[in-house]
Amino acid sequence: MMRGCSSRPKLAQNQDRAVCMTNCPTLIVTVGLPARGKTYISKKLTRYLNWIGVPTREFNVGQYRREFVKIYKSFEFFRPDNEEGLKIRRQCASAALNDVRQYLTEEGGQVAVFDATNTTRERRETIIQFAEQNGFKVFFVESVCEDPDVIQENIVQVKLGSPDYTNCNTEEAVEDFMKRIKCYENSYETLDEVLDRDLSYIKIMDVGQRYLVNRVLDHIQSRIVYYLMNIHITPRSIYLCRHGESELNVKGRIGGDSGLTPRGKEFAKKLSNFIQSQDISDLKVWTSQMKRTIQTAEALSVPYEQWKVLNEIDAGDCEEMMYEEIQDNYPLEFALRDQDKYRYRYPKGESYEDLVQRLEPVIMELERQENVLVICHQAVMRCLLAYFLDKTAEELPYLKCPLHTVLKLTPVAYGCKVESICLNVEAVNTHREKPENVNIHRTTEDALQTVPAHL
Amino acid sequence: MLDNDEFRLETSPRELTQNPLRKIWMPCVNEHIAHRRVCMTNCPTVIVTVGLPARGKTYISKKLTRYLNWIGVPTKEFNVGQYRRECLKIYKSFEFFRPDNEEGLKIRRQCATAALNDVRQYLSVEGGQVAVFDATNTTRERRGTIVKFAEQNGYKVFFVESVCEDPDVIAQNIVQVKLGSPDYIHCDTEEAIEDFMKRIKCYESSYQPLDEVLDRDLSYIKIMDVGRRYLVNRVMDHIQSRIVYYLMNIHITPRSIYLCRHGESDLNIKGRIGGDSGLSTRGQEFAKSLRKFIQDQDIKDLKVWTSQMKRTIQTAECLGVPYEQWKSLNEIDAGVCEEMMYEEIQEHYPLEFAMRDQDKYRYRYPKGESYEDLVQRLEPVIMELERQKNILVVCHQAVMRCLLAYFLDKTADELPYLKCPLHTVLKLTPMAYGCKVESVYLGIDSVNTHRDRPENVTVQRSTEDALETVPAHF
Repeated sequence: MMRGCSSRPKLAQNQDRAVCMTNCPTLIVTVGLPARGKTYISKKLTRYLNWIGVPTREFNVGQYRREFVKIYKSFEFFRPDNEEGLKIRRQCASAALNDVRQYLTEEGGQVAVFDATNTTRERRETIIQFAEQNGFKVFFVESVCEDPDVIQENIVQVKLGSPDYTNCNTEEAVEDFMKRIKCYENSYETLDEVLDRDLSYIKIMDVGQRYLVNRVLDHIQSRIVYYLMNIHITPRSIYLCRHGESELNVKGRIGGDSGLTPRGKEFAKKLSNFIQSQDISDLKVWTSQMKRTIQTAEALSVPYEQWKVLNEIDAGDCEEMMYEEIQDNYPLEFALRDQDKYRYRYPKGESYEDLVQRLEPVIMELERQENVLVICHQAVMRCLLAYFLDKTAEELPYLKCPLHTVLKLTPVAYGCKVESICLNVEAVNTHREKPENVNIHRTTEDALQTVPAHL
Repeated sequence: MLDNDEFRLETSPRELTQNPLRKIWMPCVNEHIAHRRVCMTNCPTVIVTVGLPARGKTYISKKLTRYLNWIGVPTKEFNVGQYRRECLKIYKSFEFFRPDNEEGLKIRRQCATAALNDVRQYLSVEGGQVAVFDATNTTRERRGTIVKFAEQNGYKVFFVESVCEDPDVIAQNIVQVKLGSPDYIHCDTEEAIEDFMKRIKCYESSYQPLDEVLDRDLSYIKIMDVGRRYLVNRVMDHIQSRIVYYLMNIHITPRSIYLCRHGESDLNIKGRIGGDSGLSTRGQEFAKSLRKFIQDQDIKDLKVWTSQMKRTIQTAECLGVPYEQWKSLNEIDAGVCEEMMYEEIQEHYPLEFAMRDQDKYRYRYPKGESYEDLVQRLEPVIMELERQKNILVVCHQAVMRCLLAYFLDKTADELPYLKCPLHTVLKLTPMAYGCKVESVYLGIDSVNTHRDRPENVTVQRSTEDALETVPAHF
């Protein structure tokens, strides 16, 4: 069977843990003045929830406004006495809420992130009523910050490049944006400990120095709070790479716990040189508990931590087999894997979906950390990369993570910059593309069409 | 140190050897290794409770200590009230706590100092990683003393304040844990409550709660109204982050947790471990009995969880209610020993078999798991169990031992030998500072799968010695 469940009960009586975390859909609502990181939080949260398997989408009201108004003239649009502007903004919020309803009620979404200033109690009340009518839970995420340096940095990082300011120079843009913020300040009603005591919310103060958490209602809200309390915006880089080429790699065999080949050891040395040349302050190094990643880290001559959860995907009955042997012994399994590589679980082994669940604490700790080098494995690296680069479950198992190549990820604006550094030590290719024919009746030739070369 | 580094740069990377017990790869000279489980924080942490009497400080202290120890962080609590009881011997009345009682103040200060001394001993000498300093600590002055103490010793400080003004909650607290306190052994209920309320009053006028402005440089969590609201300030590291997450997930709503294993399986009868077999006839009988038992218990909104193995799912199917499958509830992976009988393990892997008996908690099956690994993978289950209300977990022997050890505060040495027989339901009900356990045997015969630690655990032992405690099977 696809997921390795030998007796699969009727759908009505069964829920797989990863699939359903909450009984009814949740609407996350951001609150805060412009340039307080609401969109940053919305996008990051959406990325995280999707990665752990909770279908989530963000709805940025500013986007709706840009599509409606086409050309942004100036901050005057946002003046509290601009009737025309207010009307348009209200319509945009309604349009966005309509799409939220569509997503949560008809398209199978579980969480919608409603990203807007939502700075008045009146606007928030409208949203709460909307949620009540539709049977959605509401969770507010407010970001409060008065540090002028942080706000300035925010504007430089994400506002200057906004479509609103395409035709302005830096000074003009900053000046206009500051006036825009001013338009909201007078009517800003922050979430209040007394007036809003019945709402569920987290108030993030001064970029995470302090948090106020009120009425967390369920598991997903608890996870969201935990996640938000662990992220930070301190600049840093995350380096991801695989172990050096291993003995089983060159034989075209998957899994196992073999040591490095001479080329693999070469890579480890080059990795050491590379790391030293990067001159990274306080670099943490993590490995799995498999020999090949530890051997690689040993060459760096710096302390490293071993994580069992970074071990390669468990191929169960197929451990240490060549793809040719899997096709020979388990042709049905091999075809099922090609049909849905993300959800397919090896007999007595794991699936990519299982891997993501076991890697979640790694992601959480990576969020807490600063400069980190993670030496891991192909499937594991694909999962971690998918988190940082917001890849779907369909794309994840086919991400290219070749041996002897380091990926340097640097958070930037709303996403992640990736630099790929090949350390120029030859290695076998271990990447097997999805073949054309994934039918269980396919020929051996069709099945092995995309198997990479090996000894 | 410098010479060592230079030398290392010129030689090839160190050879690795795999520790035979834990299956951990390490260099032959064990220096740079840090196992994730072992070290979560660079320096020890002192958790300091803050709050008026009857605000749940000791409840939180004990629970937190239990949780941290279970996930592998050596933690100990130091309750200043205990020190006071040992010093004073006999508690007379609330007058001891009057703010103008010089003698009382002196003794209380001495007790706090004695407790801090023991904290230092535990964290600096005995290898402890977290100490929970449980006292009212209601004045900024007292907290300042503790912060200085921590600075002098290189400890981090994290405050946990509990604030509550709900009279019902406070009354319930007094009934649950104060009436039975050694302080009130010779009082009747009314006298005890009256005295305790006056005791609380003694603290109220000098109470300085953690302040958003005055205490903005401290790391703390302020828990308000039994978890309705939290204020979290300056979380510094991983362990503090985990503590906050844990504290935000626990609750005190009465409920019961039912733990049981799947019904007897076909592999159980054959004396084989692991695998993914179905229920035997008797196992199916048990499932039916379980159904009746659950119905008789008349539990409100019961959630049912199983693993993703056939035998637990078959058991749950019989209940006729919705259930959730968790892969993390799967039985311990015995790796190359999967589906073997103990006799076969002794025959093919006598060394492994002996090492397992030497340290059953840390021993990892070749290509499998250890109990220590199990605990790590069960942590999200425990976290969700804390969030939930009434729940039945249908799982497996090793898994159940781990969960039970968490609720009953068992050590790593006791855990792998906890008795979790087939066809027996354990009903756990949180009570006062711990957990009441009721063991309900549902009257259906089954094999015994519990293998006690044999006397002889040396690697050279005879087969007979090795198999001495193997339970009977077909």
